[in-house]
Formats: sequence, C-alpha cells, structure tokens
Amino acid sequence: MPNATPVSMALDGAPVPAGSVSPGRIASFLRRDPAFAAAAITLFVVAVAGILAPVLAPYDPAQLIDASARAQPPSAEHWLGTDPLNRDLLSRILYGARISLGISLVAVTLATIVGTAWGAAAGYAGGWVDALLMRIVDAGLAIPRILLLLSVVAFWGRLTIPAIVLLLGMTGWFAASRLARDSVRATREQDFVLAARATGASPARVLVRHILPHAMTPMLVAATLGVGQVIVVEAGLSFLGYGVAPPAATWGGLIRDGREVIATAWWMSVFPGLALAITVLAINVLGDRLRAAMGGTQVPAP
Amino acid sequence: MTGPPPPLAPDAGEPTSAPLLRVQDLRTYFHVRGAVARAVDGVSFDIRPGETVGMVGESGCGKSVTALSLLRLVDPPGRIEPGSSIEFEGRNLLTLDEEGIRQLRGNRIAMVFQEPMTALNPVFTIGDQVAEVARVHARASRRAAWDRAVEMLNLVGIPDPRERAKSYPHQLSGGMRQRVLIAMALVMNPSLLIADEPTTALDVTIQAQILELLAELQQRLGLAVLLITHDLGVVAEVTSRVLVMYGGQIVERAPVRELFRNPRHPYTRGLLEAMPRMGRQRERLTVIPGTVPPPTRWPSGCRFRDRCAWAWQRCADEHPPEYFVTEQHNARCHLVDEPARDVAPAALGGAR
Repeated sequence: MPNATPVSMALDGAPVPAGSVSPGRIASFLRRDPAFAAAAITLFVVAVAGILAPVLAPYDPAQLIDASARAQPPSAEHWLGTDPLNRDLLSRILYGARISLGISLVAVTLATIVGTAWGAAAGYAGGWVDALLMRIVDAGLAIPRILLLLSVVAFWGRLTIPAIVLLLGMTGWFAASRLARDSVRATREQDFVLAARATGASPARVLVRHILPHAMTPMLVAATLGVGQVIVVEAGLSFLGYGVAPPAATWGGLIRDGREVIATAWWMSVFPGLALAITVLAINVLGDRLRAAMGGTQVPAP
Repeated sequence: MTGPPPPLAPDAGEPTSAPLLRVQDLRTYFHVRGAVARAVDGVSFDIRPGETVGMVGESGCGKSVTALSLLRLVDPPGRIEPGSSIEFEGRNLLTLDEEGIRQLRGNRIAMVFQEPMTALNPVFTIGDQVAEVARVHARASRRAAWDRAVEMLNLVGIPDPRERAKSYPHQLSGGMRQRVLIAMALVMNPSLLIADEPTTALDVTIQAQILELLAELQQRLGLAVLLITHDLGVVAEVTSRVLVMYGGQIVERAPVRELFRNPRHPYTRGLLEAMPRMGRQRERLTVIPGTVPPPTRWPSGCRFRDRCAWAWQRCADEHPPEYFVTEQHNARCHLVDEPARDVAPAALGGAR
C-alpha cells in the first residue's frame, strides 16, 4: 500500500504517526501502568528464553545425565531439579517455551488469516453469501474445540509439530471469522468507504485498502488473547497425552510427566505450571491493555 | 492559483444543447420486512452541461437517495425500480454493467459528501487519497498520480500543497478537508459534480469560502453541478435553477429568481418563510408544522396536505400533477389549477 504509514496508538486512543515514540514516553508509559510493564517484560523474557534456549540451557534437555540418580530436587547444579530420567528441568522448560510459544503463535496466525478471509468475504458480500458462510461458522463454534481436537488426534494418533499447528489453527478460526465479519460490516458503513466507492474504486480495492486496515484492529486484540488461549489448549492436549512426541516436550507435557510423582517430586509439575500460568497471564494483560488502547478505534476516531 | 490543469485522460466534452444528464421517473424503493419505503418516487429532471442546479428539501425528502441513485450506490435493501431511467452523456446508466458504472464514478460523475470529517480515510495521507483516484481511473504511475494530487490540492486553494499532501486528515480543519474532497472529486475532470450538502457541516464563514470555490471551479472547468442542500440561502447564491423536493418527489421547479419571487407550492413558501432575511430581524421565523411522513406511508393525494394550511378535499382525493406556471416553472399543487383558492390561509379560517 503506498504511503500507508503505520499508526501507533497513544494511551488516549488518538492515532500517533509512527516515529513519535521516544524512550522518555515509553518510560513514563511503563511507570503509569506497572501491570502492563511487568507483562511486557515477562513476555520479552519468555520470548528471548525460547529463542535462545540452545544457548541458555545449561544441559541438553533430552540427555540422561546419570541414570542412577533420579528426580533430583532443585540444587545449585540443577536450579529447578531433574525429572525421573534425570533430565535437567530448567533446560526442558526453556526448550518447552520455544515449542509452546512457537506452536501457539503460528497456529493463531493461521487462524487469524483464515478467519479474516472468511469473515471479510461474508461481511463484504452480505446477503445469502454472508448467511451461508456464517452458518458454517456457527456449526464450527457449536462443537467444543477440545472434542474436535481429540477426535482428530484419536483418529491419527501421535502428531508431528506441523500437524498440531495445523490442527490448532484450523479449529481456532471460527471466532476470529465472526469478529472479522462484524468489524468489516461496521467499517463498511463508514462515510469514507462510501466516498471511496464513489470515486470508482473496485470492490477488491475498497475491501483491502479501506476496510481491512480498520477491521484489523480488533483482530489484533483477539489474536493476542488467542495466543494465550492456544498455549493452554495445547498444554491440555499434551497433558492428556496427545501432544508433541517425546523427547521434545511442551509445558503441558512436562506437567504431565510430573503428574504421577507430584507427592515426591513437586518441582516437576510446579515449575512448568508456573511458567505456563505466568506467560498466559502476561499475554492476557497485554491483550487487555491493547483492547483498552484501541477501544475507540473500531469506529475510527474522526 | 494557476490555470486549470490539463485532463489526465482525453475526454470528448463538446458543449451541446442536449442535456448532460436526463433522469426520468426515477424510483428508488427500500424493501424492508414486507414494507416498501418509497424514498424516491418518480423524480424527473435534466441537467445541461456547465449548469448549476440546486436540489432543496428537508431531511428525509429523498435528496441524498436521489444523489446516490445517480451513481448507482444504493445498497440493498434499496433498489432502483424497473422503469426508471438515468441517461448520462447519451448512455443509460441503469443498463450498464457493474464495471461500466464503476468507470464513470469519480471519472465522469464525481461526488462530494456532507461530512468532511468522516469522508476521508483516517489512515492515509490526503495526497495519497487524491492520487488514488488517478491510479484507479488513469492507471497513472505512483509518481504521476502524486504530482496530479499536488496539482489538484493547489487548484482547490490548499496552501503549500506539496507539503500538505503528506498530512493526515486529522491534521486538517473541516474546511480544508472539504477542499481535499473537492480535489478528489475533480481529479479526472468530470463533467458532472454531485455535491450533497457540501457546506452543512462547516462554519458559516467557511461555508461561503467553499461555495465561492465551487462556483469558481464550475466556471473554470465547465462543470455541471447538482448542489443538494436544505439551505435556500446556499441555493440563492450559486445555482441557476432549483428543484424543491418533498416526499420523494419534485414538488416545484423554477429558475432561482422566479422561485424566490413567485413560489407557488405551499411547501416552498414555508421554506422561504423559515429563512432568516436581512431587514426582518424583529419578526419571528415561521415554521412549517409537523414533520415529513415516513416514506412507507405517504398520504393519499398530495403528500404535503397534512402540513398545508391551504389543503382542501381535492388534495386528499387527487395526487397533484406538475402544473405549469410558466414554461420553466411548475409546481405539484392544485392551487396552480385553482388560483381562486390561493389567498392568505388566515382568510380560509384554518380550513382543512
């Protein structure tokens, strides 16, 4: 898009052209909202930990260090202890961050793309096309997601990571498409859309250039919250034993590993559980603040 | 300001005596849940090349729907009914395919909207939005389109256009934004400009500037203008002929001076009485009682009769045709047919 300058949102919701964000403003912003600051820092740390897991991890997460000594409690050597196979838990959590976050980000991106395309088509076309596409979405939303996931997994057995991503993505776009459809319909009624049509712009041009940039704002908020949700769903899947194949492990898988020995080796479930809870909490705070900051922009500020 | 910019695309616009636009029996209905709202109900008028025609009426009379119908921008459940005809430059717009009408919009027929605050997309620069029209219709390169945009911004009197083109809509005042919308409308040198309440949202001083600009551009570019407004003052200033709309129909049409001197429809008289005028400060303004009936339930006979001080039995029984007062002046009112009844309404004793 020519000259489509990205617009960042200031606290009051007024669009501020990109480039006017100075370090001083960021600092004062963080002071004003410590919860948001904590969430942002947490997510930054988790993301870096995931990306740099091979560098940061003190041990190979799959390596059996000493088969005789099992499930050691946290110590100076193994900060978060080890599992029954004596694998370093910290290393496994770091690698788990990588897989859990990675799966979730890609799956949500996929769901957002599919959902936006589907919902935008329905919202822009209107009439019977809209009715048909949205009834399909209603059907998708009527089936509990975990049921949908389990039935597919039960059918195919162990899944590779790309298959899990695909599965999570393709079962997660229904809500996104409904949101996209509603915001496209709302934006469609804006004066500038009528004005663009009056200049002879084609329907595709009107949709892509004038409607979608506005409709994407609520989509971004929903996608952010969706990442947290998918991490939890994936953890649930892993906990039930249908997740990523060992020796790789997501946080959900780690919690599952500690399930049977929770009385004797509490650290095995507690630390991955904490990592999961803190990360999802941080994502939710971020999504919430994003929603507040963009609250007024579903209908663009005049 | 410099001379008029050369058109981007060569166009044949030889002035002829034939009308540029001929609308015949235009009916635009909205079909909602079994009810039919007859928003525009049998409107006919011509616009000749280079002429400025005013269309006046209060909210809900069908002016804006008429304007949107001319560009075929009425969305479902609205529909232009079969039997309507809109001829523009010799072509019937209602039989063109979607692509055909799209090529006319913004190119041969352009439109300026009422709300300059919301008719511009907040996320693109104004230069970009003006340039987009040239990109759509002339398939101009990015560079050429941008240059054209700057040229147009200059034409509509935006100071320092090269720099201003990089501004976002929220950085401009209402008057400046309306200038931008006019620039957008004129990029392709259209032969007809439809201006739907272009000054309503603006301060009075800015209104005058925008009207002056429109009049000047109309002269310079040889544009025909359909100026839609509820403000007779605006009409008096810039138009040559006036169409008065009420209840989805044209109830009176006349050259502007004639209309002000000799209004024949009680509705037109009401509009004139409701207008503040110099030298009458002490007088209270007269209001027209009541409101426009909903377009799903127009009264039988004359649509204005519920609000008319002159109305008598014939007005309920018979829908008035357009009675000619002079060759250029007609009115949909039985008073023209029965001038004996056309006395001050007080003398009628408020008869209904």
